Amino acid sequence: MVMAAWPRHDMIARCRDCAELIPAAPHAIEIRCPACGSPRIFRHAELDSLSIAHIDCDAFYASVEKRDNPDIADRAVIVGGGKRGVVSACCYVARIYGVRSAMPMFKALKACPDAVVIHPDMAKYQRVGRQVRSLMIATTPLVEPLSIDEAFLDLAGTEKLHGGSPSRTLMLLARRIEQEIGITVSIGLSYNKFLAKVASDLDKPRGFSAIGRADAIDFLRTRPVSLIWGVGPALMRRLNADGITTLGQLQTRDERELTGHYGAIGKRLARFARGIDDRSVDPDGPTKSISAETTFDADVSASTALAQQLWPLCEKVAERLKRHKLAGRSVTLKLKTADFRVITRSRSLGAPTQLAETLYQTALPLLEAEAQGRKYRLIGIGAAEFGDLSEADPPDLFDRKSHRVADVERAIDNVRAKLGDDAIMKGRALEPRQRRAR
Amino acid sequence: MKLTIERDALLGPLAHVQSVVERRNTIPVLANVLIRAETGKLSLTATDMDMDIVETVEAEVGAKGAVTAPAHTVYDIVRKLPEGGQVELARQGEGERMAIKSGRSSFALSTLPVEEFPALSGDKLPHEFSLPASELRALIDRTRFAISTEETRYYLNGIFLHGTKNSDVPVLRAVATDGHRLARVEMPLPDGASGMPGVIVPRKAVNELRKLIDESTEAVTVSLSDSKIRFAFGAIVLTSKLIDGTFPDYERVIPTGNDKLLEVDCKGFAAAVDRVATISTEKSRAVKLAIQPGLMTVSANSPDSGNATEEIEVGYTAGPIEIGFNARYLLDITEQIEGEHAQFAMADAASPTLVRDVSDASALYVLMPMRV
Repeated sequence: MVMAAWPRHDMIARCRDCAELIPAAPHAIEIRCPACGSPRIFRHAELDSLSIAHIDCDAFYASVEKRDNPDIADRAVIVGGGKRGVVSACCYVARIYGVRSAMPMFKALKACPDAVVIHPDMAKYQRVGRQVRSLMIATTPLVEPLSIDEAFLDLAGTEKLHGGSPSRTLMLLARRIEQEIGITVSIGLSYNKFLAKVASDLDKPRGFSAIGRADAIDFLRTRPVSLIWGVGPALMRRLNADGITTLGQLQTRDERELTGHYGAIGKRLARFARGIDDRSVDPDGPTKSISAETTFDADVSASTALAQQLWPLCEKVAERLKRHKLAGRSVTLKLKTADFRVITRSRSLGAPTQLAETLYQTALPLLEAEAQGRKYRLIGIGAAEFGDLSEADPPDLFDRKSHRVADVERAIDNVRAKLGDDAIMKGRALEPRQRRAR
Repeated sequence: MKLTIERDALLGPLAHVQSVVERRNTIPVLANVLIRAETGKLSLTATDMDMDIVETVEAEVGAKGAVTAPAHTVYDIVRKLPEGGQVELARQGEGERMAIKSGRSSFALSTLPVEEFPALSGDKLPHEFSLPASELRALIDRTRFAISTEETRYYLNGIFLHGTKNSDVPVLRAVATDGHRLARVEMPLPDGASGMPGVIVPRKAVNELRKLIDESTEAVTVSLSDSKIRFAFGAIVLTSKLIDGTFPDYERVIPTGNDKLLEVDCKGFAAAVDRVATISTEKSRAVKLAIQPGLMTVSANSPDSGNATEEIEVGYTAGPIEIGFNARYLLDITEQIEGEHAQFAMADAASPTLVRDVSDASALYVLMPMRV
């Protein structure tokens, strides 16, 4: 049964398809757009005064694959790969069977044996992602990409340019992405980034949601604390142990109390729970970290074998640091145990680095401390807290070879640039077997 | 436990010990100060498990006993009480509360069991010697700026203190380095120190000790084993664990054959470096020294803000050289040189440079150049 509500005069309504304003009908609620006849009508009191949006492509990789192969349009599609790989993306049909992204492949196939499994074609997704982004940038210069398939947009001040409110502009943008690129997006609209991101998740796929200033506090009250970015399992356990499970409970505590109790994150807990987030949409949202990781074909426990896997990742991260002219002041080692527990261990450095050797030597003791016979399925390494390049990898009194390490890496980089990645490598990168053979 | 003490007599010792207490603690009792009343005196103890400070002060003790209460809170309360008043501290009930009373104010603070409070002090340490507080200050001030904060090389996170000989004269030597600069300071070896092992005193203990002996004119008794060190002076005893690691062979990085000798007026040089470095960015503080006979040009170049140069007269007769240093590091060293002139002994733009006070042979500094 459809509950027919009386039209609320304080509500602003727009047609999701043609984006036109729907006049408040005096007697009956319009259930179809008078202009185009579409039933997709969105109503919200603050619809035309909100300007920060989060746009998220729906099941991005899977949608791109379906677009390119209409035969699988109605089937469950899982994008992911490798014997031991995980689900990178799954379409909404696959989700009905319980498949989720980041789920191990074998589990996903158990849940949904008839799924079409497609090996990811990252180059293609990058290409489509760029097309989506260029449509966003054509809408507003203030686009802050979060990943290949999602971004924040700030549309404040674009009313004259686009001849309408941000909500109208966004609905037209969603339509244009569907028509020109052939995939669907979900849009969250609010007055800050936190709420925009939350909103985009409310009505997926092909959704549109808004959270206004007047309804934010009520909306957040019943939501779980895990909604706040940065509340991971550990902090969640602490909050739960202190009897806090909902944002409503955080709304009753002041910022000082929460900071005193939980440290720096307390500020975010207090503010986000009240719908306050003053981060601006930053178009060149700076790279905050560079990392690389790999999942093993079979669990690995020996520290030498783990170190063997670590080295090429260090090289990969170092190569990207050098390419982006960045140098990291902290190094993070990531491990995932056979039972899917993620362990991260960080070390800060005296001076920022962009050398694979330094990343490796810093991570090695961290790895050895964790290896202790436990089995791991994944290893990763990241560099963060970027510092000044001129300060990077300074010569060291006790390690006079340090400048030679830098020279050797530069030489290797040069050879690889000319002859390809496999043209030259450190002995460390060879399997013990290969080492004997050569 | 029940005692009465003048507010001002209590405040100083509380300020001293509470500074050891970390703002965030995973073990609740570490946030507390241990207050123990004995005949005619009161002792206060605070610890972070790696070090503790115990300070004793006279008090009128009505009932002996002990209690632990939140250190920062107790300190803040006593600090805010009016000067010159009397303060009463008393254990309430079964010890679940401690009462603080002064004039018309009264407070009841929650406590934690005394048995939970970790003890670090107490045991006898095999090596003992004493030295004037002023000498200890000189050892610390001239080395601690070079202590590393890098976690990977944890064995550099403190001052290496050891007995050795300098041209057959026994000396007590303090060394600190972060791999980019090194400071080595020595004094005649005190009686009783000759058999001591080389020990690495952690940065936090060094900084707390330095604060406590800031105005002291007394002798400091140092006692140590290969795992702990204790400093006792006046009514205060600071005990710290030592860093369990091997300090690197620092002698091999001290250059001996550097023949390009530069002599500068220390204050004038420091002021010039400071002025020129204003232009360089917050993070990178590189300055370039272009040196030719009689004249040095200090310059800095920042792609963002511009450039700066300053010329100063120097004593120099060797061939021209251009060499870069971190301005912060240069200033850290010149700040510790009390004599009028500093001498730089250089080899080339990529090798360690030796810096000394021309009028004082007890300290030397090594500085790694920067690429400029």
